[in-house]
Parts: sequence; structure tokens; C-alpha cells
Amino acid sequence: MLFPSVPPDDAHPDGDGAGPGHLRRPEASRARAQGIKAVGVAGQERRPSPRRTLRTLTHVTTDAHPLLPALEARVRETAHARTPACPCGAATLADRPDATVVRHAGTVAKAHAAGADPAELSLRVTAAARLPGVLLPPLAPAPVVLHGRPVTYWPYGAPVDPEDPDAAPWEAAATLLARLHRTAAPTPVPPMRGPAKAALAVARLREAAPHHPATAPVLAAWSALPAWARGAAAMPDTTTLCHGDLHLGQLIRHPAPDGPWLLIDVDDLGTGVPAWDLARPAAWYACGLLPPEEWHRFLTAYRASGGPAVPADGDPWPVLDVPARALTAQTAARAVTKAVLADRPLDEVEGRLVDACARMASVRPDAPRG
Amino acid sequence: MQCPKCHAPMHTYNRNGVQIEQCSGCRGIFLDYGELESLTRLEAQWSQPAPPPPPAAPQAYPAAQAPAWGAPHGGGHGHYGHHRQKSFGRMLFSS
Repeated sequence: MLFPSVPPDDAHPDGDGAGPGHLRRPEASRARAQGIKAVGVAGQERRPSPRRTLRTLTHVTTDAHPLLPALEARVRETAHARTPACPCGAATLADRPDATVVRHAGTVAKAHAAGADPAELSLRVTAAARLPGVLLPPLAPAPVVLHGRPVTYWPYGAPVDPEDPDAAPWEAAATLLARLHRTAAPTPVPPMRGPAKAALAVARLREAAPHHPATAPVLAAWSALPAWARGAAAMPDTTTLCHGDLHLGQLIRHPAPDGPWLLIDVDDLGTGVPAWDLARPAAWYACGLLPPEEWHRFLTAYRASGGPAVPADGDPWPVLDVPARALTAQTAARAVTKAVLADRPLDEVEGRLVDACARMASVRPDAPRG
Repeated sequence: MQCPKCHAPMHTYNRNGVQIEQCSGCRGIFLDYGELESLTRLEAQWSQPAPPPPPAAPQAYPAAQAPAWGAPHGGGHGHYGHHRQKSFGRMLFSS
């Protein structure tokens, strides 16, 4: 094809071979060839951007609780207790209603969503403490409540550089998941929350964008899924330990910067269908966003580590189909909701998710087995 | 500028000095006079040094191993320039 869809000018050039139709920017390829990367650890050492500052202010004023300064004070106290000679490097890593994360030197405090069940969260954090080599161990197993939000403390780890997705540790992610899925839950944990979170994203879409042209295909794809994948019934697997929310932001190296990769974020951890943990990369691949090479690196490493979610060889899609549909619908729902709230059209990537939902109508999901 | 087909707004991108309008709705592309020739010329320059691909390159993965509702995967032409888009970059790191 002579004209593939044209990415905007600020898109990064494709680093893997310039086939016909690929117009690489020479200066960018040169920088790549010389190994020049953005300086700093994943952008987290930078000064807060004006946007971030604005978000923080909005959060504080709408919440009427100055959570952020209180959380910063707590993480400082905790860090100084661990390291009396503290160099005092502090940063806000995230500030959203569902997660406010602040770092003080080697210590990170996370304020979880206000609605998070402290008892369930405590079970998840306790399990993380018993899964060394897979999940980052917490500094203390019991969450404390601060301004109505449960807070947990963690050692700092170096994240994947968001400016360099080519460096994504797909093999490490797959190996960690395989290890997690093969491990019996060391302590009792609630069900994995992936389907419930997807249901929430779809409910928000219904509310925020009932008349957007993309809403109908997303809702149609969603409603064709079996009840368990919509969070409306128990999952067919109630024993396998799952992460529940895998993406590249859920991997860190501890100790920073060169320690082994570990999974973080236990908010959705629990027992369930392990294919759910493979399904976000699977969905990206299916939507034509993740190159086949990267998807196959991930899948091959998962199988090589004895991961039980998919058969050891042959076609994995009979197992991946339902979770990948659910995650495509969830991601599309979030994208459309965000675009509507920002009063902007869908971009090309978002359009591809909606297109995939529309194509699902012509092929019903496989009937659930058993 | 509005798309002549679906009337959604069109956005202008600059690719190697060639202005391209792309529709935000149907994602159709509009080229001004001479731009098609400019792009063809640029494409020829890029593809000249590369050896022609073998007619039936052995695929590393069976083509069937994708869901039936999946996007057509560019047939080895590497249409993944778009995956470097900031939008997908952010998606890789979020729920």
C-alpha cells in the first residue's frame, strides 16, 4: 500500500527497518543509533510540569483535604526513619483520585483510592510481602488511613523509561507473570479485580458519552462478553494468583537502578483467570498497535517460563480471545470518555481500539468452556 | 479545512516537507497538487537501497495466531510507525 495511515509529525519514527512507505527522520535515527536517551529516571526527577501543578491544585481544592502535603510529610518521616542521613530527594510520582504516589529518596508512599476496602488491600499487601522475587515487598503490611485514603509504604524502584518504549522489558514482564501464576497464594487474597475495573470503565463511558458515535460499538463488544469477563459473575478460575492490571508502568527495578525487575501495584491482585494478565499486550497486538515481534517476545518468554495461562504451544487465542476483547473494550471506553471530557476528536490510536470493537460484532466470542 | 467525504475537520501534518491533511473522522488523506509525486519520489529514494523482499518470505509466526477481529497486520511492511505515537506511548503505561 502506498499510503499507510499517516502518523502526526511528532510520532517517533519506526526503529525497525524502513520499509516502503516509511519516511524516517534522519536526525531521530541518528540519536537512536548513538543511544541518546532522555536524561533522568523516567521523567520522575523533573520539576513538576505546569500541567501536573494544575492537577495537584485541582485535586486539593476539589477534595477539600490537603492529602498531598500530608502524604509528603509522612513519606519524609518514614524515609528519615529508614535513612537518617537522607539526601532528601522528593517527588510526586502520581496524583490521581485512585492513586497519589509520592517519593522521598528511597521511600515511596501510595495513597490508594478513597473507596479501596482497607481489609482487602491489607490482604493484597500481605501477599506481596510473601512473594519476593515477583512482587516488590512493602515496607509494612498494614495500610494506614490518611485523609480518608489507605496509605502503604514501599521501597523506591526504577521504572521503565516512558520515553523509550523500545526498551520495554517484555521478557521480564512475562517471566514475572509466569512465576506469579505458578505460585499458590501464600495468604488468602480476594478475587483479581480486572473484570470489575473494566466494568467501571464501561459504566463511565455510558454516563459520559451516551451519544458519541464510538460508544455503540464499544458497548456492543462489551455486552457480547461472558458474564465473568464483565465482572458480573465469578471467574471460572478461583485459585490462580493474578496481577490484574499489567502494563509497563507496573514494572520496576529494585534496588534502583540495576536490580532485578519486579511487579508493583497490588490494588487489583487476586485469584482469577491468568490469561487476563496477558490480555492487555494481546489486545494492543490485536488492535495493530504493538508490533508482532514485541507480542511474540512476550508470549514466548511466558511459555518458556512455564506460564499456565495459555497452552505450551499451538494457538493461544482460544484462551486469550475473551480477556483481550474485554481489555480492548475497556481501553476504548477510557479513551472515548477522555476524548469526550476533553472535547476533542479521537486520535488514530484511539480510533483503532474502537475499530477493533466494531469488528468484534462479526465474530462472536468463543463459548466459555466447561 | 473540512473533509469532502464526511465533513469532519482535517488536520495538517508535515511529512518530510510535504503537507498532508488527514481527516479526524474517517482518517482519509487529502493531497495538494504535486504532493503525490513528492511522496512517490521520497518513497523511491528510501526503498532504492533496500533489496526487494523475497516473494513469499517465511513468516516467523503462523498468520492464524491472531483473533478474527484483529487489525490487518501490514503484511511485513511494518505499518507500526503509528505505534510510536505519544498516544500509544501513554497507553503502554496506563490501565
